[in-house]
Amino acid sequence: MTGRFWRALARSPKATAGAILLAAFIVLALFPGLFARDSPTAEVYARNLGPSAAHLFGTTGLGQDIFAQAVYGTRQVLEIAFGAGLASTVIAALIGVAAAYLGGFWDGALNLFTDVVLVIPLFPLLIVIAAYVHNSGTGVLIAVLTFTGWSYTARQLRSQALSLRSRDFLAAARARGERGAYIIVMEILPTMASLLIAAFLINALYDVLFASSLQFIGLGDPNSVAWGTMLYWAQNNEALQTGYYLQAIVPGAAIALLGAAFALLNYAFDEVSNPALRPVRVRRTSRLLDRIGRLARA
Amino acid sequence: MRFVLRRAGFFLLTLWAAVTLNFFLPRMMPGNPAIAMMGKFRGKVGAQELQTLEQIFGADSKQSLPAQYVHYLGDIFTGNFGTSLFYYPSPVIDVVRGAIPWTLGLVGVTVILAFVLGTGIGIISAWRRGGLFDSLAPPLLVIASAIPYFWVGMMFILIFGLKLQWLPWSGGMNLTDSPAWTPSFIGDVVEHALLPGLALLITTIGTWTLTMRNNMVTTLADDYVRMARAKGLRPHRIMLNYAARNAILPNLTGFAMSLGFVVSGAILIEYVFNYPGVGYMLLQAVENEDYPLMQALFLLITVAVLVAILLADIATAIFDPRTRTSR
Repeated sequence: MTGRFWRALARSPKATAGAILLAAFIVLALFPGLFARDSPTAEVYARNLGPSAAHLFGTTGLGQDIFAQAVYGTRQVLEIAFGAGLASTVIAALIGVAAAYLGGFWDGALNLFTDVVLVIPLFPLLIVIAAYVHNSGTGVLIAVLTFTGWSYTARQLRSQALSLRSRDFLAAARARGERGAYIIVMEILPTMASLLIAAFLINALYDVLFASSLQFIGLGDPNSVAWGTMLYWAQNNEALQTGYYLQAIVPGAAIALLGAAFALLNYAFDEVSNPALRPVRVRRTSRLLDRIGRLARA
Repeated sequence: MRFVLRRAGFFLLTLWAAVTLNFFLPRMMPGNPAIAMMGKFRGKVGAQELQTLEQIFGADSKQSLPAQYVHYLGDIFTGNFGTSLFYYPSPVIDVVRGAIPWTLGLVGVTVILAFVLGTGIGIISAWRRGGLFDSLAPPLLVIASAIPYFWVGMMFILIFGLKLQWLPWSGGMNLTDSPAWTPSFIGDVVEHALLPGLALLITTIGTWTLTMRNNMVTTLADDYVRMARAKGLRPHRIMLNYAARNAILPNLTGFAMSLGFVVSGAILIEYVFNYPGVGYMLLQAVENEDYPLMQALFLLITVAVLVAILLADIATAIFDPRTRTSR
C-alpha cells in the first residue's frame, strides 16, 4: 500500500463519505455524555412523548429519552463491529493463508472445512446458538459472530495467497531458513493489507446487521442499551401501529447509517485495490451533446 | 459427471456437519438448556414423548455420548424429529410441513425475480460503465445492502400498510378465507405476499447486481469481446451473447453466498410480516423454547440451501464446459 494507494483512496468520494460517517460514530461512542444529557436507561419522563426541544426524538414506552438511547447505543454496536470484525478477519487470514502456504493435505483439509462452514446458512445457525445461550451480551455476541463469520474471507484470502506462493520474496525467506509461521505473518500478510482491510470492513458491516437482527428478535440482552434492543422494544410495544414511529425509525436509521459507512468504505477499497474496477472517466458533457446531436438528426 | 459427484459428496458431508452441530450445540452449552427446558414441560406432555425428547437432547444418562449420537443420527434419517412442545401433541414433522409452501412460494418467486433483475441491472451498468445509470444504481444498492432487512419490512408496513393502506401487512391470507384453488383465494394470497416479497426483493437484489457488474467489467476487457466489436457485431449481441453470457457463470457459482443472505432476509421479513412460513415458525419455536421444532427447522433450512447450491453447481457444470474438464 503505497502513497499512491492512499491518495487514490482520499480522492474517492465514497471513501470520504464513509470515513466521515464512521468517524462521527466513533466520536459518539467514545464521548456519549457530550452529546446527550439524559441517562439512556432512566425511566423518568412521561411515556411515548413526541419529538420536542427537550426530547429531540421523543421518549419510549417506558419514559426513556430516545435520543440518549441512540447516542449511548453507539458504543455497543461499534464494540461488536470492531471486535467481531477484527477477530473473524484475523482467523480468516490465518486459516486461508496457512492453507495456501502449506498446500497438500493441509490445504485440502482446511479448504474443505472452510467450504462446509461457508454453506451452512449463517443466520439460522446464529439464531439456534443464541437461543441456547439466552440473553446474549456483548461478549457472547462477539464470540458467536466471530465463530461463524470467517469462512468467506478465508476463502478469498486463500486464493490471493495461492497466487503469491511461487513469488521470489517467499523463496528468499525460505532460503533464509525462516519458520512457516514467520513467513505467513511477516511476509505474506503485509502484501495483502488492502484486501484485509476491505475484508474487515465487510465483516464489520455484517456483524452490525446480524447483531442488531438478533437483538431485534429478542435474542440479545433486553436490558442492554443497543440499537437492536431499541427496535425490539419498539416492536414489542407495537410502536408502528400505535403511531410512535420514531421509536422504530431512529434506531433503524442509525444502523443503516453505520452500515452504509462500512459499505461505502469497502466499496471504495475494492475500487482502488482492483484496477479493473476503478471508475473510468467519461466526458459526460460530450456524450450528452452526442446524444442531443443524434436526436436532432433523427 | 465427476464434478457433479464431487459436489454431491460435499453435499452429504455438509449435511452431516449440520446434523452434528444440532446434536452437540445444546450439549456444549453450560447446563444443557434443552434439558432445563424439558423440566418445564414435565407433566404437560405425555411420558412417552418426554422420553423421546430426553433421548434427542441427551438427558437420558443411561446412554453414553457416542451411543446417543448414533441414536440421534438414526432418528434424523428416519424423519423422527420428536414432538413439538408448542404445538403439542403434533409431531414436529407435521408442523413443519404446514409452513413449507408459504416460504417456498414467497422466497422462490422473490429469488428468481431478484436474480433476473439484479443480473440485468448489473449487465446494464457494466455496459454503460461510468454513465449516469452506473454512477447511480450500484452505489444506491450498496447503501441499500447496509439497511437491516427487518427494518425495510417495518418501513414498508408503516408506509404502504398503515399510512397508505394499499396492501395487507400481516399474515399470509385473510383469516376468514379457507384454502381452495379459487381465484379469490389465490388473489388474496398474492396480495398478502406482495409487501413481504417486495421488501425481500429490495434487500437481496444488490448482491446479484454488484457481482454481475464486476464480472461483466472483467469480461468486457477480454479479447473475444474486442474481436466481436471489431467484427462490427450489433452492440446488443456483444453485450448479451458475448460479455454477459460469460460473466453470468461466476454469478451462478456465487449463488451459494447470496443464498445465505436471502435466507436470513426471509426469516426476518416473515417475522416482521407475521408471514406463516418457515422463518416465522423458527422464531416462534425460539420464543417458546420449542427446541425440537427449532432443530428440525434449522436442518430443513440447511437442506434447502444445500439443494439449491447443488442445483446451481449442476447448472454450472452444464453451461460451463471448463468445470467438466478441469477437475
